[in-house]
Amino acid sequence: MSTTTDHKPGIKKPTLVDKPDGLEGTGFFATSLSKVVGLARKNSIWPLPFATSCCGIEFMATMAAHYDLGRFGSERLSFSPRQADLLMVMGTIAKKMGPVLRQVYEQMAEPRWVLSVGACASSGGIFDTYSVLQGIDRIIPVDVYVPGCPPRPEQIIDGILNIQHLVETESLRRRDSAEYKAMLNQYGIE
Amino acid sequence: MIETNKILSFLNEQFPDTVLSTETQYDMDVIHLKSESVTDIIQALKNHPGFSFEYLTTMCGIHYPDKKQMAIMYQLHSLSNNSRLRLKVFLPDDQPSIKSLTPVFRAANWMEREAYDFYGIHFEGHPDLRRILNVENMIAHPMRKEFPLEDQIRSDKDDKMFGR
Repeated sequence: MSTTTDHKPGIKKPTLVDKPDGLEGTGFFATSLSKVVGLARKNSIWPLPFATSCCGIEFMATMAAHYDLGRFGSERLSFSPRQADLLMVMGTIAKKMGPVLRQVYEQMAEPRWVLSVGACASSGGIFDTYSVLQGIDRIIPVDVYVPGCPPRPEQIIDGILNIQHLVETESLRRRDSAEYKAMLNQYGIE
Repeated sequence: MIETNKILSFLNEQFPDTVLSTETQYDMDVIHLKSESVTDIIQALKNHPGFSFEYLTTMCGIHYPDKKQMAIMYQLHSLSNNSRLRLKVFLPDDQPSIKSLTPVFRAANWMEREAYDFYGIHFEGHPDLRRILNVENMIAHPMRKEFPLEDQIRSDKDDKMFGR
């Protein structure tokens, strides 16, 4: 969401998102359907927080009033994987938690995206040991990684913006592609 | 408080040649016992009217790789006498096995499962001896000292990058 200051000096007035490229004339505006769908999806992502440790605390700050993820259209968290668009994995995933995380991912409906927040979720972090999964990308595909131990809320927001970019620009047919199915099969997910 | 000498004389009388040695660690008396009769000894200490060690505070495995030994530590608490006691038995670290304490203390069930999970100590007569904390398909017993500390599948710790 962009803001303008030209309405009243010194007061920011929220505006609608910028319209996509298209043909414009008196009384009509023409653009491609994928751009409209991408625009709608991008600004209404429902995240599913999978918070297991300190990165989850940073996520709480991200969601709260000061950083306010609601500014990016994601204030509605989905605590059910069925309605979620984005799986946000924040924290250390123990090997025993792995099958749980995988099941949550499998229960999400397409299209779905995964944001791996923090060193532990991305690579195991400092927990280079027998009980911790060395990065969630060993069991589920990941779209965007956010580094940090833990990352600041600004970094998490940056990760969300990268996810938004993917959501906006992704082809509507990508999820049907053979390449995508092969990638899921690589993880043993039907 | 129960004086440890009383316990030792009771053990020497009832269970001759089972006490190997004694020591004091962190203000707590530790009795080293032979592993064969440890459940009977704990049962006797529990039932003894003067001692009544009726509470098993904790028990755990310990690995001594230099001595090629596995130890099991039992910590008993006599609530009525406000007294604590620590017992220690030693086993060979190659396929260690000992009688289960579950008939005496049901609280030993999960503690023995933990000792099995992390040290591979087999408890004979345990009702449900399987892993309690680690993933079920794990092969190793990770708290044994020969187990490598770092996860062997980790690929990002490159010496080139970290100058190690």
